[in-house]
Amino acid sequence: MYAVNYHRAASVADAAKLIKTGDAKLLSGGMTLIPAMKTRLAAPSDLVDLSRITELQGVTVSGKTVTIGAATTHNAVANDEKLKKACPALSHLASLIGDPAVRHKGTIGGSIANNDPAADYPAALLALGATIVTNKREIAADKFFKGLFETSLKDGEIVTAVTFTAPAKAAYEKFRNPASRYAIVGVFVAKGKDGVSVAVTGAGDDGVFRSKEIEAVLAGNFAASALEGVKVPAKNLMTDIHASADYRANLIAVMAKRAVAAANA
Amino acid sequence: MSDVSLMVNGKRVSGAAEDRTLLVHFLRENLGLTGTHVGCDTSQCGACVVHVDGKAVKSCTMLAVQASGSTVLTIEGLANGADLHPVQAAFKEHHGLQCGFCTPGMIMTATDMISRHPEGLDEATVRAELDGNICRCTGYHNIVKAILAASMTMKGSKGKAKQAA
Repeated sequence: MYAVNYHRAASVADAAKLIKTGDAKLLSGGMTLIPAMKTRLAAPSDLVDLSRITELQGVTVSGKTVTIGAATTHNAVANDEKLKKACPALSHLASLIGDPAVRHKGTIGGSIANNDPAADYPAALLALGATIVTNKREIAADKFFKGLFETSLKDGEIVTAVTFTAPAKAAYEKFRNPASRYAIVGVFVAKGKDGVSVAVTGAGDDGVFRSKEIEAVLAGNFAASALEGVKVPAKNLMTDIHASADYRANLIAVMAKRAVAAANA
Repeated sequence: MSDVSLMVNGKRVSGAAEDRTLLVHFLRENLGLTGTHVGCDTSQCGACVVHVDGKAVKSCTMLAVQASGSTVLTIEGLANGADLHPVQAAFKEHHGLQCGFCTPGMIMTATDMISRHPEGLDEATVRAELDGNICRCTGYHNIVKAILAASMTMKGSKGKAKQAA
């Protein structure tokens, strides 16, 4: 790792000032950034640590509205009792990220700001029609995720929370790489007042996306059996050492079926 | 450089360290606590697991300065004098180690796991929660047995499981 200067932000306002230092990067759980710095894939001059800012912590549920602070860890999301009632699919998703030690450090804000094409949270936020709140504005999830490791965040902009309306039904199913535990394909289905949405992670050439083919079928009949024989095109899906685009296309249908079955259970 | 102040295994310690110093290196090189191991150095193997503020974390993926102000528990702080912690005793009893390299991380992960599951553990849960710890001797069977046994012992004698968190 190259030399770096560490700053611990006391508040979001403090972080917004500190991030203007040199070539600074925001540090939350560090589960991606620290490994990237160790391998010198990232070499920021300064780090601004957001993880101790209390205003960024915690889950609140008010009626159907769920708000999760950006620095809330995966472990905290997975075990929040209010969230387990409001949107158990998201608690379950958080419990599947990495391993217990990673879940103790990694945060929802860090995950979505990094927008790894195989990360779990982007699929949930896209399918739930969530809003990403920053220190400057509010961004709809479908405007936020912009491709591989890219978001619509501007330089120095800080994600402070995500918020969404709890769906009537939802579930997440992930086919994991047996070594890395990242999703080869992960499918989040949500059925809410605006209909059914289905978001896919791990598979798209351009990162997380919604599967129109599966949504079209489920709009008429939200049942796993309705997806028998559904064809997901392999176009724009990733091919890598783990899986071909055709295999991923098939997995999307399989994971979607399992997710719908789980959502209806 | 920053001043890093920690409470490690019940003792207040502090020292200057470069901001890029990883917690595991601070523990091993500055404090001489070499029980915490560096295995893969890529956050996968879990040989470096310690507890920071009561939660298991990979100390190779955290800067020492990030932990400053926190309470850290390492494998050296687990036993009560000559009395092994119930998880250590169970690893000994059930032969939960072969070469021993992964053992400190396995035991720190296990104590954290047991404290998060006061209702008790089953084999499937133990295996799933060992996701982030690799035993290259592949001795998982006895590691799982040891953790299940320790979980039972600790359930039976809550007060004795000192510092299990």
